[in-house]
Amino acid sequence: MATLKEEKNKKNIKNQKSSLEKTEMLDLYRQMFLIRQFELACAENYTKGNVRGFLHLYIGQEATAVGSISCLNNKDYIVTHYRDHGHALARGLDVNRTMAELFGKKTGLSKGKGGSMHLFDSARKFMGGHAIVGAQFPLAAGLALACQYKETGGIVVCFFGDGSTNQGTYHETLNLASIWKLPILFILENNKYGMGSSIDKVRAGGEDFYTGVSTYDIPASQVNGMDVLAVKEATKLAVDKIRKEGGPSYLECKTFRFVGHSLADGQKYRKSEEVKFWERQDPIEKFPKWLISAGIINQKELDEINQKVKEEIQNSVDFATSSENPEKSELNEDIYEMQD
Amino acid sequence: MSEMIMREAIKKALEESLENDPNVLIMGEDIGEYGGAYAVTDGLLKKFGSNRIKDTPISEATFIGAGIGAAAAGLRPVVELMSISFSLVGFDQIVNMAGNLRYMSGGQISVPMVIRAPTGAGVQLGATHSQSFETWLAEVPGIYCVCPSNPKDALGLLRTSIKNNNPVIFAEPALLYGSKGEVPEDYYEIPLGSANIVKEGNDITIMSYGAGMSIIEEVNQKLEESNISAEILDLRSLNPIDYKTIEESIKKTNKLVAIDTSRKNGGIMAELVSTIQEKFLDWLDGPIIRIGAEDVPWPYNKDLENAAYPSSNKVIEKIYKQLLN
Repeated sequence: MATLKEEKNKKNIKNQKSSLEKTEMLDLYRQMFLIRQFELACAENYTKGNVRGFLHLYIGQEATAVGSISCLNNKDYIVTHYRDHGHALARGLDVNRTMAELFGKKTGLSKGKGGSMHLFDSARKFMGGHAIVGAQFPLAAGLALACQYKETGGIVVCFFGDGSTNQGTYHETLNLASIWKLPILFILENNKYGMGSSIDKVRAGGEDFYTGVSTYDIPASQVNGMDVLAVKEATKLAVDKIRKEGGPSYLECKTFRFVGHSLADGQKYRKSEEVKFWERQDPIEKFPKWLISAGIINQKELDEINQKVKEEIQNSVDFATSSENPEKSELNEDIYEMQD
Repeated sequence: MSEMIMREAIKKALEESLENDPNVLIMGEDIGEYGGAYAVTDGLLKKFGSNRIKDTPISEATFIGAGIGAAAAGLRPVVELMSISFSLVGFDQIVNMAGNLRYMSGGQISVPMVIRAPTGAGVQLGATHSQSFETWLAEVPGIYCVCPSNPKDALGLLRTSIKNNNPVIFAEPALLYGSKGEVPEDYYEIPLGSANIVKEGNDITIMSYGAGMSIIEEVNQKLEESNISAEILDLRSLNPIDYKTIEESIKKTNKLVAIDTSRKNGGIMAELVSTIQEKFLDWLDGPIIRIGAEDVPWPYNKDLENAAYPSSNKVIEKIYKQLLN
């Protein structure tokens, strides 16, 4: 039975739905579809050998990145984990250069030196994909310290997975953010598995994380991470609070990845029924259906968006394919910033 | 010239940079109200306020990482560790974050920060507090690593380190915080990667850095008594290493002694000696003598600690046995 608070939230979300402009809603859908198509293209090019290394796909979690990042402005920083393509695209990183980075090409975001797990675009204050689990927490604290110190008005959104909550840096950074009143929104993408370990095996304290955060005197809430409008609304509330009152907030998004941890994952640790249950909540399916049933969009408009996105992705693959490899001389570049 | 002790020289550099650059701030455990475990930052909180002199929780990984994040967003933090042994707790942040950010972002991100840390044995702090991990950190590309042996170098190197746009490990020999030295009145800086010929000589080159320079002083006195003219070389910087100065000295003396006060196995001198024999073998008249601390955990007991530490007697003995026989 839904609690009174949950009913109230639902009502808020309903109001939110009607208050958003059509263009905003279409853009939320377009971004989610873009990420999905990007990830499918990555998988295809991984099997072709064009993308190498470890490849962690964001399929299933699109609503979390898109809903939350839509609430940010260009003063705000983002740090995230190694499953970072979705956040990068939602932040508006160039699709061609992102794909080229995965192909290891000189036209990539990091000239082919970073790869899938290390996406960066400092101009958009997208400060990485971080591949040591939990390493991004302290970085987020420092970026937030700079925002606070320079009084830029910016905040930091720190994305992390449930697996990272058992690292010391998680607890240390929650503590530091609280005592220094750092403007950080911690967004937990709780997809129930840290690689192949389900949270009920590796976590004391149950499957909800946000309830434990009160220990650090940080306001925390939970939202359905498969509902892009709910994520957007919950993020907006948290972001507004941080901008107005300072200090950190915490948002737990319940979500699920439909695919393996990486492309090397046989998924022996979970049942197909569970995957199917979550696939029925696929935001890429549900959200456009709702948009059509609510009369916000018709099938033709939807098809047009889909077609454009597919072309954009194909273009990015073509761009990455036709781009050059970095020169050998690049090996020794970008290690130090040279000064006079 | 004025006389100063090492901790005053370090504090002077910190104070100047706080005065001259509003983006400089200092973070660390008990650096504010307490004044710093080695009293380097004593008084800075009162002068500059808690916005710039930030006491941190005991969370090395997180406050080192916070320094990196602040630097990546345009500040110029100086992070103090109570011991370079505590760098182990934050090693991932130093190596993977500070060291790799610039490279893996394709040059998009700079990390202008300094990590200051007391280093080395000799003050009976036992196994966990006596190590010299600047030798490990000097291996990491993307990070500079320096270690002064006297107040003048400490001031000049720290000025340069704080102005540098890359992460710098600034290792401070714990043995030397109270050591005195002459410091020029006029402003000066010392470039990173510049070794110093402390004393010119013709017969033999003896090199070390940090606390090792005190051992060389004793060795030199004994060699002078035998009319042997030693050239004394202070590396000052472990990354980058000033091979040019080393080369010039070896070409002059044709003999080299390398002293580490850290464990011999895997110490920085292992790297140096290997590279030197690759590059300058033809200029050497004999084997390079390498002396380091014993390859044991640092003991607490003073006699045992002394036994593990490279003494001037050990150095002299080796020089006579292997080079001057």
